Amino acid sequence: MVNIEIDGIDYEVEEGLALIQACEEAGIDIPRFCYHEKLSVAGNCRMCLVDVEDSRGLSPKPVASCAVQVSEGIKIYTKTERVKNAREGVMEFLLINHPLDCPICDQGGECDLQDQAMAFGHGESRFFDDKRAVENKGMGPFIKTEMTRCIHCTRCVRFSSEVSGNHEIGSIGRGNDMEITTYLNSSVESELSGNVIDLCPVGALTSRPYAFSARPWELKKTETIDVMDALGSNIRIDSKGLKVMRVLPRLNEEINEEWITDKTRFFWDGLSSQRIDNPYKRVGKKLVKTTWDDAIDLAKKNLISSKPEEIAAISGDLVPIESVYSLKKLLKGIKVKNYDCRQDGSKISGPRERWLFNSTISGIDESDGCLLIGTNPRKEAPLLNSRILRQSRNLSYPLGLIGAKCDLTYDYKLLGEDPKIVREILEGKNSFCDKLKLSKKPMMIIGQGALTGVKGSEFLDLCIELAYKFNFISNEWNGFNVLHTAASRAGAMSIDFIPEEDGKNTEEIINGCKAGLIKTIFLLGADELQLSDLDNCYVIYQGHHGDKGANNADLILPSAAFSEQNGLYMNTEGRVQESVRSVFPVGEAKEDWEIIRLISEALNLNSDFQTHEGLRNKIYKEYPNLNPFDDFQKNNPPEKKDNNDISGHKFSEAITNYWFTNSIARASANLSERNDYIQKRDN
Amino acid sequence: MTQKRLTKDLLKEFRFNEKEIKHINSHIIKYPKGRVQSAVLESLFLAQKKSGGWLPESAIAAVSEILNMPKIRVLEVATFYSMFNLEPCGNFFVQICGTTPCWLRGSDEIKKACKDHIGEERKISNEDISWVEVECLGACVNAPVVQINEEYFEDLDYSSMSEILVKLKKNQPIKKGSQINRQSSEPIQREKND
Ligand code: SF4
Ligand code: FES
Ligand code: FES
Repeated sequence: MVNIEIDGIDYEVEEGLALIQACEEAGIDIPRFCYHEKLSVAGNCRMCLVDVEDSRGLSPKPVASCAVQVSEGIKIYTKTERVKNAREGVMEFLLINHPLDCPICDQGGECDLQDQAMAFGHGESRFFDDKRAVENKGMGPFIKTEMTRCIHCTRCVRFSSEVSGNHEIGSIGRGNDMEITTYLNSSVESELSGNVIDLCPVGALTSRPYAFSARPWELKKTETIDVMDALGSNIRIDSKGLKVMRVLPRLNEEINEEWITDKTRFFWDGLSSQRIDNPYKRVGKKLVKTTWDDAIDLAKKNLISSKPEEIAAISGDLVPIESVYSLKKLLKGIKVKNYDCRQDGSKISGPRERWLFNSTISGIDESDGCLLIGTNPRKEAPLLNSRILRQSRNLSYPLGLIGAKCDLTYDYKLLGEDPKIVREILEGKNSFCDKLKLSKKPMMIIGQGALTGVKGSEFLDLCIELAYKFNFISNEWNGFNVLHTAASRAGAMSIDFIPEEDGKNTEEIINGCKAGLIKTIFLLGADELQLSDLDNCYVIYQGHHGDKGANNADLILPSAAFSEQNGLYMNTEGRVQESVRSVFPVGEAKEDWEIIRLISEALNLNSDFQTHEGLRNKIYKEYPNLNPFDDFQKNNPPEKKDNNDISGHKFSEAITNYWFTNSIARASANLSERNDYIQKRDN
Repeated sequence: MTQKRLTKDLLKEFRFNEKEIKHINSHIIKYPKGRVQSAVLESLFLAQKKSGGWLPESAIAAVSEILNMPKIRVLEVATFYSMFNLEPCGNFFVQICGTTPCWLRGSDEIKKACKDHIGEERKISNEDISWVEVECLGACVNAPVVQINEEYFEDLDYSSMSEILVKLKKNQPIKKGSQINRQSSEPIQREKND
């Protein structure tokens, strides 16, 4: 701690803080353009000038507060005449080459330059010469450029090398000729590229899909969470009327810091296309509209007419915990044992520490080594990958991958594709062991691709064995991590939506359907299954998009998407968060839990909840650790089992196409344009 | 200063040969481990020399590959320094210093001489000569100064510059350094009564 003085008032602040941070802690706002908490310091905009006095007296000229650290006894002045003049001067210089096009600029209303020109500018222009103009750059379908507006803060450049790791954006030329560009105007490829839109303090980089569609002050802002991957990034959904207009990140240091992935940022147009807005039933080969009463009645009839062992249910990747819970109650009520939430056929089971990201996401920042097993974190959780990237910059950070070779944006040691390598490491027969031994807090990340094969469960046990052999698990560290790709998975697992004893799992259910052993199947938003020719099986699909699941259905119950109902989700580290309704469901669609309640009532099962609130309270009572308003608890280490035979086990790819992992994403024109873009280029 | 931009239209094959790779490696080992990129200037110079005084896109790509550096980072360096050309130049490449000291001592005249004998700036003449204006060449004491390929020519005026260019065209030997016979930068011998 050091003692400093800001504008005549004494403060005690942490060592190593930049002056700008110290001022911020004291509640004094310093204008800035280039400085950003999460990026390296560039010190090139000079907007943050302050006066500083130390033992040698007042500084001869104002200093950039973002580039100087606090020291004992330093005095900072932020309100002197000289500081005011300096800011006005800098502002004037910045505006020399900035166009006066705010009325047609999408950044208007949330523009740092606009705001700071108002607050700290000169107020009047003294510039009558020609302004510089810069050609726009092509950065791909997501980022719209208007480079004449660029003030060369280089935030986007630093982001692309430090956070996304792709090194795609750079500043070429110098002086008056400086321009921000990608190499030869190529489109950016990073899954995190959209964040430069938020970073850009002016309107040089804006969102192309959102272009000219709304002004920030007309939008309704809902703070919620994301379901595109299993991290549960905190987002804000901006909507106008019934339509979601855009998605922005919210700060959460524990999860997404202040970034979101491009999939999260741009999926929103998928919410208004391919939607199911009415119940449908199959008549002959065709699906025809019907009423809710008829639909519920049909569901009831089919659930009654089949024997319990002929009924099965599978839950999907985007459904909240409440709906899975009420479905489970319903199934229990009619004595059905065949249900599963592991759509991809993953073999996880048992207590939660066996299938959660135990080190926590922010725990990555503490780790000193990493072993990736059967995973491609860049596709499965790009933000998590960015944390690993940051850690991997430490000189001694052993980083190995067992799995298929892929571009992770950082260097790693490819150990091979065979799951047996885990055994080799366990037995000390791999060169990677020497490095692992030196790590005190290494972590292992096991992807779903490693757990879907025949011996998925045994493989998981083998990994636990390995975790105990090295320091992955120690008294003060739990680096045993399973990475999920589906937002609902951890939540559904924690309420045990997996087959009961002698119940069937996903694979067996599908086979059962084909063999005619399963007569009625209930799909709760399950869209990732290979379902076709299920002639002698009645498929009830409850969901919101006309996607794979609905195509094969005999009865479709339209439900609300995650953005249209309140729901609980547990992320891959076991953190429960609440997703909040931002717009109303389309057409006749109802909330998930409500539909299931209607069916239960039709079946004369007494559900002891009438409201969503009641349902939630019931869940909290049965599963106390699902209350999002409680403190987040870290997990115990998983139990070890020896002698695991994994012969014949193979890895698969958890995500083949990053842009199309769920039904909303598949309906989004934004994302398919992006996907086409890459494919066109590759051909 | 002239704006420098890379285009993909200017095609040219480029590959480092073994000897050149060796040379680059001898520079790489000068720097600490993990700082391979420090050899970027040397590599770009080598590449520029090899491809006739300028850097085609393929050369930028080759440097980025050999130094394991993102292409955009190499491009940043190549566009930053005026010593790198991103478009073809003549076999004789005349760089005229136009910065203040040289300008005060008559660099405009030198430019005129170039225009008269070679043609427009950045256009390669039939005799395979081209010229550009650059910033300070660091020999201000002998202003005005031009650099032709790797040699400096100092204390110029319109006539001495013209003479140099005429000789260049005919491929005759020309005198390097000061054109008024200064040894280095000692005071100019003035005529008496001046
Ligand atoms: S494009 Fe935006 S973020 Fe990038 S340097 Fe320019 S002003 Fe900064
Ligand atoms: S914020 Fe300090 S120089 Fe830009
Ligand atoms: S100004 Fe011409 S060499 Fe310095």
